[in-house]
Amino acid sequence: MISRRDFLQASMAASALLGASGFGNWSRLAAQQALTQDQLLEFDSFGNVSLIHITDIHAQLKPIYFREPEINLGVGPNKGEVPHITGADFRRLYGIEDGSPSHYALTYNDFSALARTYGKMGGMDRVATIVNAIRAERPEALLLDGGDTWHGSYTCYQTQGQDVVNVMNKLRPDAMTFHWEFTLGQERVHEIVDSLPFAALGQNIFDAMWDEPAERFKPYQFFERGGVNIAVIGQAFPYMPIANPGWMFPDYTFGIRDENMQAMVDEVRAQGAELVVCLSHNGFDVDKKMAAQVSGIDVILTGHTHDALPEPVLVGDTILIASGSNGKFVSRVDLDVRDGQMMGFRHKLIPVFSDVIDPDPEVAAAIDAERAPFESALTEVIGQTDSLLYRRGNFNGTWDDLICEALIEQRDAEIAMSPGVRWGPSLIPGQDITREDIWNVTSMTYGRAYRTEMTGEFLKVVMEDVADNLFNPDPYYQQGGDMVRMGGLGYRIDVTAPAGERISEMTFLETGEPIDPARSYVVAGWASVNEGTEGPQIWDVVEEHIRQKGTVKVEPNTSVEVAGV
Amino acid sequence: MDFTRRETLALGAGAAALTLLPAGAYAATVDELVNEFTGGADVADGGVNLDAPEIAENGNTVPISVSADGATAIMVLAAGNPTPPVATFNFGPLAGSSSASTRIRLAGTQDVIAVAKMADGSFARTSKEVKVTIGGCGG
Repeated sequence: MISRRDFLQASMAASALLGASGFGNWSRLAAQQALTQDQLLEFDSFGNVSLIHITDIHAQLKPIYFREPEINLGVGPNKGEVPHITGADFRRLYGIEDGSPSHYALTYNDFSALARTYGKMGGMDRVATIVNAIRAERPEALLLDGGDTWHGSYTCYQTQGQDVVNVMNKLRPDAMTFHWEFTLGQERVHEIVDSLPFAALGQNIFDAMWDEPAERFKPYQFFERGGVNIAVIGQAFPYMPIANPGWMFPDYTFGIRDENMQAMVDEVRAQGAELVVCLSHNGFDVDKKMAAQVSGIDVILTGHTHDALPEPVLVGDTILIASGSNGKFVSRVDLDVRDGQMMGFRHKLIPVFSDVIDPDPEVAAAIDAERAPFESALTEVIGQTDSLLYRRGNFNGTWDDLICEALIEQRDAEIAMSPGVRWGPSLIPGQDITREDIWNVTSMTYGRAYRTEMTGEFLKVVMEDVADNLFNPDPYYQQGGDMVRMGGLGYRIDVTAPAGERISEMTFLETGEPIDPARSYVVAGWASVNEGTEGPQIWDVVEEHIRQKGTVKVEPNTSVEVAGV
Repeated sequence: MDFTRRETLALGAGAAALTLLPAGAYAATVDELVNEFTGGADVADGGVNLDAPEIAENGNTVPISVSADGATAIMVLAAGNPTPPVATFNFGPLAGSSSASTRIRLAGTQDVIAVAKMADGSFARTSKEVKVTIGGCGG
């Protein structure tokens, strides 16, 4: 008799084979420049349940360029494991041909050239077309939004998230979980959540006063689809009050709470759930650990760390799906659920090539309507770029190098710090830089650019602290962002060293001298989690800088030396 | 991250004070306190539950809870605090359950330790590392 695990693994192999007519196919066809919408959407329906997953859109309603990371290091048990494999190694692992669309969509190399060939990705009108096509085949498919949806653009900031809410509602999601949404402030979050025509979930969203589950956010929701009783359990980002300003949502506390997750799984199973899906904003490595700690979850739809994986990762009997960010991908997962058990799955990471997939006219019109009042502000050209501007990567990106340069020059600082967030689309050489582009990489509700003094000793404390949030060998102690970007300061980092000992050889780049622990440096930065931070908005600082430069050129950053890889 | 100048400086001072403490400086104290509580008896690993966050949202008020079936007392220690003893909860025969919740202050990243005294005179111990961070930058 075949065990459930064997069956899953057999299915996995079958899925990989079928991938040859799914994922692998668009890769090969694309190499022949023959990509079509039908090929991108091609999927042999399987089993009786379909899940559609999209996450970390960061308010990108329109197609964008988004370069995937070059450096994305795993530590401890995750060293060398997906999603910590990039570039040529990633293509080799998944059998992706060099120069193919999947090369462009999933890896960083030759990004500018391939971006010109294959065009922008994403756009919620294109995503709507994909969702509608899946629903035409599987009317009862569940659409699940992993959060980081109502944050990250000019229009989202100006409308306090309403533009994204209005557009997403047209896609008719069935459930959602949260992270950056809370930086709108809890009053606004309440207002929107109370208006949502779908479930707002988070088993780990607790009331701060009583440390009890928050009433407004249910831990789970049941759906009867395809004759299967499905429980979707939400898992919000666990470390919101640490990574983001807790004073904006003082009534809430979070945490991983995997024991409560186990209790919820047991509870829904006792209530007859035949399929348990976790809609998570934990980050991939945290979900991987949680899948090993908590038993009885069939599928974890991961989010937060912005990873896109062409195949599910199996942990025990749980499959983990990683659907990328910024609207670049939609995952479809078909499941065969019988006798209260998941018997097999078929999966496809659908790349949203915006020039190949037709925009859904209704959603396209809705997006245009949301943008109309802001059109002239959005499209104003501030300057041009000669360089590829991107952010993703553990240590630095050209966008942040430019932002740090703006902070140092515009704010008369010696050292600049830019947060290691993972959102923010890319621009390719030769492109205009519009106001919208600047807001896409800076927009937030706590964007004031502070100017302060820090001693060399304290700078090290800050850098060690952020490094441990990224490189602690236990994923439960990580927060899922990248390393803080330093302007005017070079350093060496040993990612495998213990906390407090990773950073060395800190250098003040202006003089080439070592950073003096006792000396005070003038530091400019943005995205402080402190209430009452003063200074101009970061997007105004960057806009002024780019306007002065006219055309920006960012030289390769050689000031961070990485060891322990 | 904390960035107003005053708080930055205050934090800097706190962090500096912490780094001045050699690792394990209080290990003897913790051992002594455990010994005092157990009277030198053997302590089993496990058998007592300690619920605490992996990363504290605010090191000044960290919610923790402890429980152990059949315990008559549970001692909680914060190994890295200048004064490690946090509380000892005593459970009389009329106690509905041997569990307690409170909020504690942690001076920095450290182990929180719970030692339970069982009705039969045996002891059980567990610990959990709680990270106290000045903040990170979210994805």
